[in-house]
Amino acid sequence: MITILTDALTIAAKDLRNEFKTKQTFSMMAIFAVLVILVFSFAFDPTNNAVKAVIPGLVWVITIFAGILGLNRSFTSELENDCLTGLRSGPIDATSIYLGKVLANFTIVTLVQIISIPVLFILFNYRFTGSYFWFILILFAGTLGFIIVGTFLSALSANAKNSEMLLPVLLLPLLSPLMIAAVQAMRAALENENLENAVSWLQLMSAYDLLFFAACLLLFEFIMEGS
Amino acid sequence: MKELETMLELKNVTKVLGNKLILRNISLSLGEGETLAVVGPNGAGKSTFFKCTVGLLQPSGGEIILDGEIIKKKSVAVKKKIGFLGHESFLYSNLTPFENLKFYGKLYKVSDLEHKSMNLLKEVGLYLFRDVPIRSFSRGMIQRLAIARVLLAEPNILMLDEPHTGLDQEAVALLNKIIKEKQKNGKSILIISHDFEQVHTLADRVAILKKGVIVDTIQLDGKMSLNEMKEWYDKVVMGG
Amino acid sequence: MIKINNSGPIDRVLFYILVPAFLINLYLIFVWSPVEKVMGDVQKIFYFHVGSAWVAFLAFCVVGFYSVLTLIKPKMERFIYAGISAEIGVLFTTLALLTGMIWGRASWNTWWTWEPRLITTLILWFIYVAYLFVRKMEGSWEKIAKLSSVFGIIGVINVPIVFMATRWWNTKLHPVVFGEGKDQTGGGMEPEMLATMFFSIFTITVLYVFLLRKGAQIEKMREVIKKAKTNIINKIAS
Repeated sequence: MITILTDALTIAAKDLRNEFKTKQTFSMMAIFAVLVILVFSFAFDPTNNAVKAVIPGLVWVITIFAGILGLNRSFTSELENDCLTGLRSGPIDATSIYLGKVLANFTIVTLVQIISIPVLFILFNYRFTGSYFWFILILFAGTLGFIIVGTFLSALSANAKNSEMLLPVLLLPLLSPLMIAAVQAMRAALENENLENAVSWLQLMSAYDLLFFAACLLLFEFIMEGS
Repeated sequence: MKELETMLELKNVTKVLGNKLILRNISLSLGEGETLAVVGPNGAGKSTFFKCTVGLLQPSGGEIILDGEIIKKKSVAVKKKIGFLGHESFLYSNLTPFENLKFYGKLYKVSDLEHKSMNLLKEVGLYLFRDVPIRSFSRGMIQRLAIARVLLAEPNILMLDEPHTGLDQEAVALLNKIIKEKQKNGKSILIISHDFEQVHTLADRVAILKKGVIVDTIQLDGKMSLNEMKEWYDKVVMGG
Repeated sequence: MIKINNSGPIDRVLFYILVPAFLINLYLIFVWSPVEKVMGDVQKIFYFHVGSAWVAFLAFCVVGFYSVLTLIKPKMERFIYAGISAEIGVLFTTLALLTGMIWGRASWNTWWTWEPRLITTLILWFIYVAYLFVRKMEGSWEKIAKLSSVFGIIGVINVPIVFMATRWWNTKLHPVVFGEGKDQTGGGMEPEMLATMFFSIFTITVLYVFLLRKGAQIEKMREVIKKAKTNIINKIAS
C-alpha cells in the first residue's frame, strides 16, 4: 500500500519535472484558458451587470477546456519511446501509475487555474465578495472529480489513433452531473447566499469524486493490460 | 558437469489473441547463467512470447515460473528480477540521463541510487552527458542509456528483444561486452533476435519458434560454426 | 470458436408473441384507451415515449451487465451482446427524445424543457454514442472488449448520478433525494390509460429482446465470415 503511494509520487514527480523542463503543455493550457475568457468576453458584454451570473459557469468552462488539452497529453506523452511499456513491465502496481498521473494532472490544472481565474475576474470586472474558504473548497472538489475521470479516460482514449478527438466526447457526458453541481455550488458560494445550498451541492460532488475514484482505481488495470 | 539451477521455466504456455492461437504449449527452461536465444521467422509469435515472459501479457494457459515464483498479473515483486531491454528505450526525452536513471531506480527500489547511476553512466560512456536532456541524443547513445537502465536494478535475468537492431558497430560491441560480462557473473539471458551472427556469438542454446511452437532447440557450446547453425535453421524452418 | 446457435424456437416464440402484441398494443392505444381531455390525441404519443424510454434505460443496464461479464471473462458472445444492446439503445433513446419533445411541444408549448428525465435521457444518448465510439477503435477485439467494458461500467454508474443531479438542479430547492419531484405522469391517469401504458412497455420490451437476439446472431455470422475470409486469404498467401 505504501509502496503504491511512493511509486505514485515518483511518477507524479517525474511527470511534473518532464513538463516543467519545457513548460510546453502548461503554457499552452494557460494561454488557451485566457483565450477562452477573451472569446467569452466578446460573446457576453462584460460591462453588462447581468454578466455576473455567468461567472460561476465560466470558471468551469475554462477549467475543462484547458484541462482537456493537458489530459490529452497525459498518456500520449508516455507513448514516445514506449515509456508506458517501461512502466508496465516495471515492478509497480498499475494503480500507482493512475494515482501518479492524477496527482500530476491535478497540480498542472490547479496552476492553470491560479493564473486564469484571476484573469477572468479582472477581465469581467468581477468583485469577489463571496467566501474564500467555500470558493476554494468547491474549486478543489470539482477539479479533483474532473481530473479523476479525465485521467482515467485519457488512458483509455490514448489507445485510439484519434485520441484528442475521442477524449472530450467520452469525458463531457460523464462530467455532466459534476458540472451541474459545481456550477450551482460555485454560484451559491460566490453570491454568498444560502450556504446550506452550497453544502448540499458539495456533498453531491464529494460523493461523485469518491464513487468515481473507487471505480477508476479498480478498473484502471484493465486499461493497462493491453494485448 | 553440475546441474544448472532453473531460472526461468515455461510450462505449457498457450496464448490466444482474438481468435488466433499465437503460442501453443510452449515449454522451455533457462538455467542460471545460461544464455538462450529464440529465433524464428516473422509472425511466428516471437514478440507475443516475449511479452508473456516479461509479464506484459498474461498467458491464456500454462504458467511461467521465474526463480521459483509464478508470474501473475499481480506479482509485482518478481518483475524486479527482470531486466527488460525492448525495441524502444523507455526513456523520457525531456529528462537527462541521470534523471531517467533516478526515476527508474526509484521505481525498482534500488539502494545507493546516485552512486550506482553515476558508475553505470561511466560504464556506458555517457558520464559527460549526464545533465543533457536526451532529446538531442543519437540512437546509439539512447540505446546505451537504455542498457544502463536495465542494469541499474541488477536483474537476475536479462530479457533482450532484438537488442542489436539499429545499433552502430560501437554500440553493438559495447552491448556484447556487457552481455558477456553478465554471463560471466552468472546471469541468465534470454534473447529474441533475427541477427544470427550475434546469436551465434552470445548464445549457449538456440530455440526456433515457428507458428507458435518451439520446433527445435540446439546446444551451441562454441562447437558449432555460424554456417552450420544457419543450415540447421534453414532446414528446420523450411522443412515440415 | 463462435457458435451460431440456431435457437430457432425461442426466437419463433418471441416473434409469435411480438406480432399480435403489437397489433393489440396499437388497438389499445388508438381505440381502446380514452382520449385525454386536455391534450387530446397528442397524448397517445405518451405510450410510445414511456416504452422507448424504459427500453433505453434497460438496454443500458444490459450493456453494463455484459460489460461486467466481459471483464470477468472475455468472451466474444458477451462482447457482441453489449454492443448490440448499445446500438438498439441509441435507437430507443433517440425515439424517447423525439417523442418527449413532441409531447413537450404539445403540453408545454416548447420543444425542449430542462426536465430531469429529459436531460438524463439526452446524456444517456451521449454516453451511448461515446461507448460506440470506443468500440470503433482499432485493435484486437480483446483489447477493445476490455476498454469498452470499462467505459460501459463507468457510464452505467454515471446515469443515476445524472438523474439525481438534474433533479436537484431542477427543483432549485433544498435537495430531495427521495420522493417525487414535479409530477407529470403519475397522477390523474385513468385505469385504461395505465393498463395501455403497461402493455405498451411490455410490447416494446419484447421487441427489444427480439432485436437483441437477432442482432447478436447477425453479428456472430459476420464474425464467422470474417474468420473464414482471413483463413482463405492466409491459405492463398502461403
